[in-house]
Amino acid sequence: MTLDLPLIWAGLIAFAVLAYVILDGFDLGVGILFPLVRGERHRDEMMNSVAPVWDGNETWLVLGGGGLFAVFPLAFAIIMPALYAPIMAMLLGLVFRGVAFEFRWKTRRGQFLWDWAFAGGSILAGFAQGVALGALVQGIPVEGRAYAGGWWDWLTPFSLLTGVALTVGYGLLGATWLILKTEGHVQRRAYDIAFIAAPATILLIGLVSLWTPFLNTVYATRWFGWPHVLLAIPVPLAVLGVSYVLLRGLTERRELSPFLASLALFVLCFIGLGVSFFPHIVPNSVTIWAAAAPDNSLTFLLVGAAVLIPLILAYTAYAYWVFRGKVNSVGGYH
Amino acid sequence: MESFDALTLARIQFAFTVSFHIIFPAFTIGLASYLAVLNALWLRTVQGAYLDLFNYWKKIFAVAFGMGVVSGIVMSYQIGTNWSVWSDKVGPVLGPLMGYEVLSAFFLEAGFLGVMLFGRERVGPKLHFLATLMVALGTFMSAFWILSVNSWMQTPAGYAINEAGQFIATDWWAVIFNPSFPYRLVHMLLAAYLTTALVVGAVGALHLLRNRANPAARIMFSMAMWMAAVVAPLQIAAGDFHGLNTLEHQPAKVAAMEGHFDTHAGAPLILFGIPNAAEGRIDYQVSIPYLGSLILTHQWDGVVRGLNEWPADQRPPVGIVFWSFRIMVGIGFAMLGLGAWGLWLRYRRRLYDAPWLHRAAIAMGPSGFVAVLAGWITTEVGRQPWTVYGLLTTAQSASRIDAAAVGASLLAFIIVYFILFGAGTFYILRLMNAAPHSHESGLAPGQPIRAAGIMPAPAMAAKDALPTAEKEPVS
Ligand code: HDD
Ligand code: HEM
Ligand code: HEM
Repeated sequence: MTLDLPLIWAGLIAFAVLAYVILDGFDLGVGILFPLVRGERHRDEMMNSVAPVWDGNETWLVLGGGGLFAVFPLAFAIIMPALYAPIMAMLLGLVFRGVAFEFRWKTRRGQFLWDWAFAGGSILAGFAQGVALGALVQGIPVEGRAYAGGWWDWLTPFSLLTGVALTVGYGLLGATWLILKTEGHVQRRAYDIAFIAAPATILLIGLVSLWTPFLNTVYATRWFGWPHVLLAIPVPLAVLGVSYVLLRGLTERRELSPFLASLALFVLCFIGLGVSFFPHIVPNSVTIWAAAAPDNSLTFLLVGAAVLIPLILAYTAYAYWVFRGKVNSVGGYH
Repeated sequence: MESFDALTLARIQFAFTVSFHIIFPAFTIGLASYLAVLNALWLRTVQGAYLDLFNYWKKIFAVAFGMGVVSGIVMSYQIGTNWSVWSDKVGPVLGPLMGYEVLSAFFLEAGFLGVMLFGRERVGPKLHFLATLMVALGTFMSAFWILSVNSWMQTPAGYAINEAGQFIATDWWAVIFNPSFPYRLVHMLLAAYLTTALVVGAVGALHLLRNRANPAARIMFSMAMWMAAVVAPLQIAAGDFHGLNTLEHQPAKVAAMEGHFDTHAGAPLILFGIPNAAEGRIDYQVSIPYLGSLILTHQWDGVVRGLNEWPADQRPPVGIVFWSFRIMVGIGFAMLGLGAWGLWLRYRRRLYDAPWLHRAAIAMGPSGFVAVLAGWITTEVGRQPWTVYGLLTTAQSASRIDAAAVGASLLAFIIVYFILFGAGTFYILRLMNAAPHSHESGLAPGQPIRAAGIMPAPAMAAKDALPTAEKEPVS
């Protein structure tokens, strides 16, 4: 039996990107919501809720990018220059918010500056990731082994829409995470915000999904052609079901179900993207198999990944478990 | 302007961002190990001073580590945005090594960092020590893989080239343990330990000058002076072996380092001078006859090849390499001197009572960073015009991107890095300026688990306690 290594790796990279999006999603979300919650004490509490885990969350981004470089170098070499500006913006945003985690506690007078760095960096990073995603979905022209488009191709109404959608979606993840991890004022604010962010996210998901098939006939046939439609229909249905759970959880003031439902929304959107993209890795131009490095590179890294990824998941889960429970404004975790 | 094309800008951008990045790992690799040692000493001796020191350096570590992480993430995407042809070609060989770095190093550091910084009271001292060890192991693994990557580009081995023009691995062992890797790994790790030792020594010296009796200051100064005395000579020896290895694989780089334009038998060792690449000679040179050949070939009249043996477009820029090499070596000998001075005063039982030694240690505090940068500049500029030595040039490696895009992002990086890392350096210096005292944060009875400063939480309490430096009388 021969393994389809490129396919396995495409699955692993997709997993890394998904892990990144939902994990860093809620901690970027906490940053995105910073301006909406006033009071330094409350902001301390918000930051505390993600401080011990954000670095691990962001490492999935490095695995997504580094993994692409390792197993699909051609795709990495085409996509990175094509998304030059959004990637640079994302990196700068991540720098700002990453240093804010430490710097914010080192000064009283300058604290508001780092509050802004944290919020601004998170918003910029989230928006830039959304724009990058939109630009990818639109398709990337390729010639030979390189990107063949212009330097502003990424900028379209569609990519701006996906930018807004992802930012709002991260905000929803952040709000539902805060519902789970905090109490009192911050939790009440988080409910208020989630009540707006949840319908807004669902609406934006709808808009993006309706727009996508019109971008390219390939997407239309993947979604509506027979027999794909059999696969494609459950996803929107599930989105509706999850939306119901989310909104009900919020009205009933539940603590866990809104967060899980928001995560599920992200997972479903991700599956939807998968349906649109497959089997391309650079949408509509390069397939998974064309972009893959030779099998011996894939095997070499797969051996390590098979051992190390479960280990990583185990100690990451352990770290979350150590910091389980609510945070409060004075004393860390109970 | 001709020279400010996209390629030049991309090179400046890469050099700028990687130079910023390396500053933090150079410090955190050493500091993570130092923290592990302090933690172990505390567990064994139960002496409060070790725990105080641990908590003191932990706060500094957290800030430096944060900056290392964010500047590193930039690097990992920049290789794709700015060096896309390079990415496509070397990806199959180097990508998996970087993949291993992420899997075995970055996750390990990040996963246990939270526990190390925030979790002692939650998991107990034993598990907390384990977390500290894992963070230190993570920094080591990180250095291992990334240096293997860099060394492969300097001395490629175990590869073939496929129809698409990509490098592919034929022997992974040979790829990872390529000829220059062991030397570079040892030299860089020693560099990280030295850099940290000199910083720790400077902080200890500062607080000894203020108060000779401060127990924590005595401990750190003494530990740092031991490190300098032991590691500086090892580093010089390692550097010598590294140089011989380079002579074997990259003789043009060594010719530039040494400033040899002509091939000689019995070459002199040029101490100083001004490289004049146009005329192909070193002006105003001060040199010791025959010593160059003796060091490089271990023979009085050994033949040392000069730059003129290579076509002009395959020679590295001599001036930069010549000078950066001398700066590094000069600092290496200065560190040796400091270590020896410390040993002598220790023997005379005056280690804590030697203001001039303390002042010298403070002055040498940043020297490790300078040496690390100088060393990397020697290495990287010395391998030009190649990114993969002898096989792929820097010019071929670049993405085809508008100069405007590269220039704009370069400018953004310069502004942002100077502001943010300037602020970070300021905060670190302020933490260092505060004397370590007993019950260093986090342990005051009744205080919640989150310590001041690093952590967030008792931000309230912390905020009042923060600028200790300003409140504490300087004695
Ligand atoms: C604290 C830092 C430090 C100190 C004191 C020294 N070095 Fe160094 N050197 C480095 C830190 C460093 C480095 C940053 O770690 C480099 C850059 C790349 C590498 O592998 O190590 C380096 C590179 C480097 C190279 C270039 C190798 C190559 O790329 O081919 C040589 C020949 C030396 N060193 C030799 C020396 C000698 C003879 C020293 C002593 C007198 C010395 N170094 C002190
Ligand atoms: C181990 C990780 C490293 C990798 C993979 C790496 C990779 C590269 C690559 C691909 C280039 C070619 C582009 C160019 O010429 O500008 C380069 C150049 C350069 N690198 Fe590195 N590098 C590493 C570490 C460092 C470090 C730590 C420094 C710190 C000072 C450094 C300094 C430079 C400089 C100054 C150049 C520019 C040389 C020139 O353009 O003349 N590198 N490096
Ligand atoms: C092109 C060169 C390089 C790239 C692409 C790169 C990439 C990265 C990335 C992505 C991170 C963040 C990891 C995280 O999320 O936790 C990081 C951190 C780190 N890097 Fe680099 N790196 C480069 C050069 C180097 C060199 C030359 C060394 C040391 C020899 C080094 C040692 C470290 C260490 C120890 C860390 C942990 C953070 C810290 O200690 O500050 N890196 N690097």
